[in-house]
Amino acid sequence: MSALETIERNEEGFLVHPADWTKELAVEIAQEEGLDELSEAHWKVIEFARANAESSGASPTLRQITNGAGVPTKELFKLFPKGPAKKVAKISGLGKPEGCV
Amino acid sequence: MKTFLILGAGTGGTMVANKMVHELDPQEWKIIIVDQFESHYYQPGFLFIPFGIYNPADVTKRKRDFIPPQVEFVISDIEVIEPDQNRVRLAKENRVINYDYLVISTGCKIHPEETEGMVDGGGWRENIFDFYTIEGAAALNRFLKFWKGGRLVLNVAEMPIKCPVAPLEFLFLADWYFTQRGIRDKVEIVYATPLPGAFTKPRASSILGDMLERKGINLVADFNIGSVDAGANKIASYDETEIDYDLLVTVPTNMGSGVIQRSEMGDDLNFVPVNKHTLQSDQWENIWVIGDAGNAPTSKAGSVAHFMLDVIIENILRHMEGLNPLPKFDGHANCYIESGFEKGILIDFNYDVEPLPGKFPLPGLGPFSLLQETAANHWGKMAFRWIYWNILLKGGEMPFESQMSMAGKWA
Ligand SMILES: Cc1cc2nc3c(=O)[nH]c(=O)nc-3n(C[C@H](O)[C@H](O)[C@H](O)COP(=O)(O)OP(=O)(O)OC[C@H]3O[C@@H](n4cnc5c(N)ncnc54)[C@H](O)[C@@H]3O)c2cc1C
Repeated sequence: MSALETIERNEEGFLVHPADWTKELAVEIAQEEGLDELSEAHWKVIEFARANAESSGASPTLRQITNGAGVPTKELFKLFPKGPAKKVAKISGLGKPEGCV
Repeated sequence: MKTFLILGAGTGGTMVANKMVHELDPQEWKIIIVDQFESHYYQPGFLFIPFGIYNPADVTKRKRDFIPPQVEFVISDIEVIEPDQNRVRLAKENRVINYDYLVISTGCKIHPEETEGMVDGGGWRENIFDFYTIEGAAALNRFLKFWKGGRLVLNVAEMPIKCPVAPLEFLFLADWYFTQRGIRDKVEIVYATPLPGAFTKPRASSILGDMLERKGINLVADFNIGSVDAGANKIASYDETEIDYDLLVTVPTNMGSGVIQRSEMGDDLNFVPVNKHTLQSDQWENIWVIGDAGNAPTSKAGSVAHFMLDVIIENILRHMEGLNPLPKFDGHANCYIESGFEKGILIDFNYDVEPLPGKFPLPGLGPFSLLQETAANHWGKMAFRWIYWNILLKGGEMPFESQMSMAGKWA
C-alpha cells in the first residue's frame, strides 16, 4: 500500500495538513501529476517552496518561485509543465496558491 | 500638529480623505493627499471606450473636485517612503513630509514590457492593444472602427489583475459589437488565459464558461504567455503552445506602484503585505493599505476598496485610541459583469464563499440577480458610473453592508 493512501487530502489532491509531508509522499504525488522522476532541479524548487511557506504562511506564486529559487520561468515550466505554481504547491504538500482571485 | 498622509488620490485614497475629514479634529490634525496626476479616471469605464459606448471625456474628471477643501492636495510624483523614519519624499521641490499615520492607496497598473516582444516587437498599438489605460482603450477604439475582421485574441498575461471580470466583459461586448456591425461571422474570438477556466472561482467559472461557449468564444485555458512574435503575429506560452492573431488585446502583468519597489516595501509584484482582515501593514503599525496596492487575496476592484473603507477607518481610529484593530474585512467583492446586448450578471463573494446564485441586495427581491443574465444587472452596471462619482468617492453610504451576507443566496 502506498503511503499516500493513508494521508488526508482535499478534493483537489492538496494535503490537508502540511505537516504530514515527507519526501516519499512528494515522489508519489509527483507521479500522480505525471512527473516520473524528481531531479535535483525539482528538489531545489520544492525546498524553496517549503521554506517560503514556512516564513510567509502561504504557497509561493510563480514569480516568488522564479525570483526566490532563481529558476527562469521557461525552466520552471519544463520542470513542472502546465500550471507550475499549483503543481509545486501540491507536490510540496502546501495549500493551493492564493494568487488566483 | 499631527499629520495624516494619504498616498494616491484614486478610488481608495479619495474615499479615505473624505471620511477622515469628519473624524479628525482640524485643530490637531493636518490631512495631506498626494497624487502624480490632475485627472481622476473612472477606470471601469475604460471597458466601454473601445466599443464607442463611452468616450474618454465621459470617464475623466478633476481629482481636486473630489477632495474636501480642508485637505491639502499635492500634485507630485512620490519618490520614496521611508517607513522607519515615518517620512515620505516627493519629487516636487524635493519636499519631505513627516507623518504620524500613513495610508497607502497607490493602486496598481499594467506592465506590458514584462512580456517579451509585447512592446518592443513592433506591433504595440498597431495591432496589439490594452484597454486598462485610457490611451490604450482610445487607440483600440480607433482600430476597431475600421477593422474588417479576422482573429481577435484576448490574452491575460498573469494573475492577479485588477477587476478580474473585465476580460470576460470585454469578450462579451466584442461579441455584441461585431454582431451590431454585421461582421460577427468574419471575427473569430479567442480567450487565452492562465486560469484553468473562464474565472477564478469554480461555480462562476462553469456558468461563465458556458456563456462563452454559447456566444461562440473559444477558451484556451492554462495558457501562460511567454512571448509575443509581433512580426509573425503569434503569441507563445512558456510550454510552447502558439496562437496566431490578427488583433491581440492584452491584459498585461499588473504591478503595484514603482514607489513601493523603490521603498522596498512590496512583494515580487510590488504589492504591499497587509493583514487581510485588519488592513494594517504587516510591518509598520502606523501604515495602512487600501485598494489595489495591498496583497490581500481578494479581487482588486473599486467595490472592494469601498468595502475596505469602513474597516480601515474604524481600525485607524481604534489604533489612535490605543486599541487593537478588529479583523473585520472578509474579502467582500461585488462585481457587475457586462454581458452584451444590454444584459449583465452580478457576482458577490468573499475570502471563504465563492459566488452563488440568488438575489441582491435584498434577499428574494433583488432587484439584481446573482450569476444570472438580466437587463437589471446591465442597468446596475451603467448606473455605477453615477454612483461612483456622486456617492462612492465621497465616502457616502451604499445600500448594503461591508461584510458579505448569505441571505437570499442558494448555497
Ligand atoms: C478596465 C478596468 C475595468 C474595471 N472595472 C471595474 C468594475 O467594473 N468594478 C469595480 O469595482 N472595479 C473595476 N475596476 C477596478 C478599479 O478601477 C480599481 O480597483 C480601483 O480604482 C482601485 O482603487 P485604488 O485606490 O486602489 O487605486 P487607483 O484608483 O488606481 O489609484 C491609485 C492612485 O495612486 C497614484 N499613484 C500611484 N503611484 C504614484 C506615485 N509614485 N506618485 C504619485 N501618485 C501615484 C495614481 O496616480 C492613482 O491616482 C476596473 C479597472 C479597470 C482598469
